Amino acid sequence: MTGLTYLQACWVNKMKISDSLVEKHGLKTDEYSKIKVLLKREPNLLELGIFSAMWNEHCSYKSSRIHLKNLPTSGKNVIQGPGENAGVIDIGDDDAIIFKIESHNHPSYIEPYQGAATGVGGILRDVFTMGARPIALLNSIHFGAPDYPKTKTLLNGVVSGIGGYGNCIGIPTVAGETKFNSTYNENILVNAMAVGHAKKDKIFYSKAKGLNKSVVYVGSKTGRDGIHGASMASAEFDENTEDKKPTVQVGDPFTEKLLMEACLELMKDKSIISIQDMGAAGLTSSSVEMASKGNLGIELHLDKVPCREEGMTPYEMMLSESQERMLIILEDDKEKAAKKIFEKWDLDFVLIGKTTDTNNLTLKFNNEIIGEIPIDALASKAPLYDRKWTKTKLPEKKINTKELKKVKLEDALIKILSSPNESNKSWVTEQFDQMVMTDTSQRSGGNAAVIRIHKKDKAIAVTVDSSSSYCKAHPLTGGKQIVCENWRNLISVGAKPIAITNCLNFGNPENTKIMGEFAECLLGIKEACEFLDYPVVSGNVSFYNGTNKKNIDPTPVIGGVGLIKESKNKVNHLLKKDENLILQVGKTFGHLYQSVFFKEVYSITEGPPPEINLSNEKSNGETVLKLINNKLLSSVHDISSGGLILALAEMSISSGYGLKIEKPSKLSNLMEYYFGEDQGRYLLEIEPKNLQKVTKILSENNIYNENIATVQKQHFEISGEFKINIDDLYKINNTWYSKY
Amino acid sequence: MNSSVIVFPGSNCDRDIAIALEKLKFKNTMVWHKDTDLPKSDLIVIPGGFSYGDYLRSGAIAAKSNILSEVIKAANDGCLVLGICNGFQILTETGLLKGVLLRNKNLKFLGKDVCVKATNTDNRFCNKYKKDQVLKFNIAHNEGNYYTNSNHIKELEDKNLIPFKYCDETGNINEENNPNGSLNNIAAIFNDKKNILGMMPHPERMVDPMISSNDGVNLFTSLLG
Repeated sequence: MTGLTYLQACWVNKMKISDSLVEKHGLKTDEYSKIKVLLKREPNLLELGIFSAMWNEHCSYKSSRIHLKNLPTSGKNVIQGPGENAGVIDIGDDDAIIFKIESHNHPSYIEPYQGAATGVGGILRDVFTMGARPIALLNSIHFGAPDYPKTKTLLNGVVSGIGGYGNCIGIPTVAGETKFNSTYNENILVNAMAVGHAKKDKIFYSKAKGLNKSVVYVGSKTGRDGIHGASMASAEFDENTEDKKPTVQVGDPFTEKLLMEACLELMKDKSIISIQDMGAAGLTSSSVEMASKGNLGIELHLDKVPCREEGMTPYEMMLSESQERMLIILEDDKEKAAKKIFEKWDLDFVLIGKTTDTNNLTLKFNNEIIGEIPIDALASKAPLYDRKWTKTKLPEKKINTKELKKVKLEDALIKILSSPNESNKSWVTEQFDQMVMTDTSQRSGGNAAVIRIHKKDKAIAVTVDSSSSYCKAHPLTGGKQIVCENWRNLISVGAKPIAITNCLNFGNPENTKIMGEFAECLLGIKEACEFLDYPVVSGNVSFYNGTNKKNIDPTPVIGGVGLIKESKNKVNHLLKKDENLILQVGKTFGHLYQSVFFKEVYSITEGPPPEINLSNEKSNGETVLKLINNKLLSSVHDISSGGLILALAEMSISSGYGLKIEKPSKLSNLMEYYFGEDQGRYLLEIEPKNLQKVTKILSENNIYNENIATVQKQHFEISGEFKINIDDLYKINNTWYSKY
Repeated sequence: MNSSVIVFPGSNCDRDIAIALEKLKFKNTMVWHKDTDLPKSDLIVIPGGFSYGDYLRSGAIAAKSNILSEVIKAANDGCLVLGICNGFQILTETGLLKGVLLRNKNLKFLGKDVCVKATNTDNRFCNKYKKDQVLKFNIAHNEGNYYTNSNHIKELEDKNLIPFKYCDETGNINEENNPNGSLNNIAAIFNDKKNILGMMPHPERMVDPMISSNDGVNLFTSLLG
């Protein structure tokens, strides 16, 4: 038992709710008035805490719901769209893939190791709660400028935190992105994605069913960590950020491993009616969500909650975000067998309540009611805002590239290859176990990672992508672009893209410009997803990323999953053989605004992002996939940031083969041609004997293509421009992290 | 050949090693850490992972578990024992293998493919490899930096008790290709009788070309004779 005295339990009912107390709970005056109307009385402190936990932006999606509902969320492969712990897709036979991405930005800035680690832990629980064994972890992490004083510590802490959790629990961390930009100086982004595999007929949901069913608490004990974590994540940082350390949870991957194995063991039979992990807002949100979805009431006996410390109050128990805990509603007579499983794994298993027909959240301590709130007041009647927003105009093209100071092509390439954002990321990825579970058939560093479905021939491809500079310049185009790039990355490994999850990292939604960035990015995502038949099945919104009114650039992150029906059809971007040919698919127009080239070489950050032509995107991608499935391609790489030359260099560096690149005869501007970031383009390596077949299929599908290079040994060269030894190029690309 | 894989609650390479053993025709049994009986085995494997969380010192608690006292008995009776990664750490904690595994020299977790040289193939575990053959294995550890006293290191070298050393792709053993700072580039060691092998690299991750390569296969087939 908790050691809490009856008097302490009573205390929560006696404290007067002052205006400042309301404000401290992150609730606005009008929101507090609404609480009183819904309750028909004043709340006590415990109830106020619960409202604060459920009505904050992080849990209620009060500013985003109105926009999120426009996203395409269904399709022939979608088993479960947004609204559950994670999204579920059908990958044929009896297999389902369950996946989601989530942010842990605020905690990771306050305490990088634990913040990042618990971000991984939280997203893993979302996936195994639904009955899936997690098979892959991904991450998208964004830091401030490398020379900003905090960046190094944050980078170190976040990377080792992600590794520390995933490596210990034994799920491979297979892909991700690490980026630097001064916009994140005071508000880094840590997004973690988990992907799991389940049998289609063994998926578990959070909806409660039936009256008087046992509500069971399993997992770790409840401590005082993470109290008000979700409210903290729903406000901007200020000079008192350090004081927020206690709101960060502490992770224990070993216990999570036990919890995962115990849950998966229990899920083998039919004991579970409903299961929900205790994530943000802990016991509060898990119990409310189960009851709300089942249109039931729920009664919890807080004196039964296993506590880590003595003297914890019901307020602390309801708001703690201690990790590695689950709430389960069990079928009748299954308690004994279930308990045995959790005892085997040395975990707490305590009956703490039951479902009721009152439609209330009823909290008791030693059988006395200490709080009672109608469930709908916490869920469906939570505030919903249609916030004002403004459109971002497409920036003009004001630069005459001919007037820029001349740079040598070779120098520009070296500068980009050695820049923090384009440097080889093995310093990061080597801190992750990518091989455990021995189904990772393509590790990080490529277009997407490939994970074989255990004991089967098929595989899934997974990738996460973002491009904040495009989104900042023009959110609508940026939103579209990021979906397309993600789609292209899956195509490039031979996967048919199936569905995405999104993590929407934005600034303060009360600011009309920021709200506009959100609304328009979402519109872009919607358009691209609809056109590409690439639905959104899960996601997370993170607002209030900023400090003292300085907001981050809009950073939607897209996590995509695709299917490779036969593992032998997967392809990577490593060059395979000298004398093979390189074909470029998709046309180059030479768009340099918002490019890596402009930013790294000229420090120009103005102008519009490259245009997106969804129709070309789709036909180019589908045709490339057809070529891959016909086994006509030796390697494939998509052309993205850094343009054509960077994509070619990456193929060379990672394989050790050189390239002889022919300069087009009629070329107006070398820089535009080689560094332009036009979309919808791919590079294909082809054996000479297959050239005719490939060009035939491309022309049948009206796909623009040109033969641009030949694979050779040892040297990377552009005829008439420069020639570099591959070993030197490798060094240029591999030194930044080791020197940082 | 009968094999047993010891499963601690935080083991996470137990499934991988079981698949490798079964694929290579071992008759394998999984043994739970709370068990007190060990099935009759020709080979006992202690797999990689984080046994009991390893919050104290890697393998320290596992070395005191019920099942380990059975493993120690069997090992002393000559049973073949293979400890991989965390399993190697546990074997050093029990004293079945001498020396310790310190934190990697760069103080970071290291997950990557590395080259190792088969420096001793005249033993039960490695006889199917060619002497001095260079193999690519995957490592994934925080504490793989093997250290021991100068007398023992001399003994290991003199008695040829080091079957694998970290090297470059052509087999040169040098500091540059020592990923974790191990003394003399040690990736694996035997006990005196060579029936107990502890190694940091994961051979079980290298038994399927669709995922990686077949470089680990011979470690298992050597045992089958």
